[in-house]
Amino acid sequence: MVKKILEKCYLAVILAFLYAPIILIIVFSFSNSSTFTFKNGFSFEAYASIFTSEKTPELLEAVKNTFLIAIIASIVSTLLGSVASVGIFSLGKRMRKVVENVNQLPIINSEIVMAVSLMLFFVTFKFPAGYIRIIIGHIAFCTPYVVLSVMPKLAQMDPNVYEAALDLGASPIKALFKVMLPMLTPGIVSGFVLSFTLSMDDFIITQINKGAATGINTLSTYIYEDARLKGLSPFWFAIFSIIFVAVLAIVLLLNLKKSIENRAAAAAKKEVKNV
Amino acid sequence: MKSKEFFKRVGNKCKNFRLTRRVFSYPYILFLLLFVVIPLVLVLVYAFLDANNNFTFGNFAALIKDGASLQVLLTSLLVGVITTALCLVLGYPIAYILSKYRSGKVLVLLFVLPMWVNFLIRTLATKAIFVALDIQLGMGTVLFGMVYNYLPFMILPLHTTLSNLDKSYVEASQDLGADKLTTFVKTVLPLSVPGIISGMTMVFIPTISTFAISQFLSDYTIFLFGDSIQTKFSNNMYGVGSVMSLIMIALVLLSNFVMSKFNKGEVTGRNLW
Repeated sequence: MVKKILEKCYLAVILAFLYAPIILIIVFSFSNSSTFTFKNGFSFEAYASIFTSEKTPELLEAVKNTFLIAIIASIVSTLLGSVASVGIFSLGKRMRKVVENVNQLPIINSEIVMAVSLMLFFVTFKFPAGYIRIIIGHIAFCTPYVVLSVMPKLAQMDPNVYEAALDLGASPIKALFKVMLPMLTPGIVSGFVLSFTLSMDDFIITQINKGAATGINTLSTYIYEDARLKGLSPFWFAIFSIIFVAVLAIVLLLNLKKSIENRAAAAAKKEVKNV
Repeated sequence: MKSKEFFKRVGNKCKNFRLTRRVFSYPYILFLLLFVVIPLVLVLVYAFLDANNNFTFGNFAALIKDGASLQVLLTSLLVGVITTALCLVLGYPIAYILSKYRSGKVLVLLFVLPMWVNFLIRTLATKAIFVALDIQLGMGTVLFGMVYNYLPFMILPLHTTLSNLDKSYVEASQDLGADKLTTFVKTVLPLSVPGIISGMTMVFIPTISTFAISQFLSDYTIFLFGDSIQTKFSNNMYGVGSVMSLIMIALVLLSNFVMSKFNKGEVTGRNLW
């Protein structure tokens, strides 16, 4: 009994540590001061400043860039990765092993090495600076995750179903779209969601490949540039709070949905067994 | 005569070329070659080039002679080892306790959730709190920030391994008369080694290679390997920067080799999401 309580206390203490900075920032975002006191009273001024500060145009530009890059990179990665998975799956054994291992490289490699190696490539071959470098970088580290989420679906697939479609007179292209694609969809969707979040969250690759002179910023590089020099103003307290709440809510919702689906699937399985 | 034969053969080749499924992988293979393999080869090439693109071993010599860079490497390894140890000591009990709960999966989510918020934002938030509390920024705060950032990376693979552990081993050990501590030390701990190893890699490598965290939390007094690589490249010292990247690559490969030795084909941890 005592042990149980001790265990729960331990979990609670660690959780408190993990969430303390987040909660403190949210609470004091209503204080319109950056000293973690309510000496200026309770106000929404920090939130209002998001739209009225002299930083507003830069911030909006950074948010726009973040979404733009994430949308382009995740769509291209999903297409490239899904098509590639079908191909990789039917490669010869040895070739397949090689491609799968190279596909792992961006995942296991440390981000900083990936970032500087791309920079060397862009500099050596005189790639135009700007969005193109950032987007290629993002595609390079997102696509491997798409491949990793589609490949297991291909492995689970019953090859006979595809053959059956061919036997019943479907052309290979038709069989691909009508039979294979629907079975791969869950993997493709999770690959897309994953690349979108990874791209949105990226800092190191963007920071090193954006080029200092272009002035392009995503949200994370803008935060780095601004808050590094000037510290956190109430403006940033408000923005961080919004990001915390948005991210935590989205992840919680996605996971709840998943666990409900899992439970439904488990229940369905049980019913089949009982019958 | 010969050319006619040649064209005939090419014509046959073209006729034989069908849109087989493996062709689908070619665009991505090309992409991987261009943007993953060639850049990594370039790191190797630049490590042996001086400022005028002549072959040299000077970059290696410069790195060894430069006391500051070696100091950074040693500090990084030290911070990496301490962070990994702290994460293991703090994270193992969490993963172990959670693996016993039936609702453990949902609770793990609570521990992993902060990881989804960008690390810069979380680090700046912790820094603001340290500053407000008048805590001296230095090694202590850097270690706190690292553990705060990477603890979820330790909990996740450990939890996967521990909750997939075959409970009958534990029961067998108890049936054979072992007490709780002996059971834990002799069965649970050895069986969870794959999780421990992959957790350690997932904490150690990012800790030494990340940049920004240690700068922020030490008020620009402690620079780690990642910061140092970034500084070298932004000062156009591509040669020395490449040598440092090679060291980083070697560390990554080494830790992955160790991990694959212990995992034996079982995938834990890497599939974080």
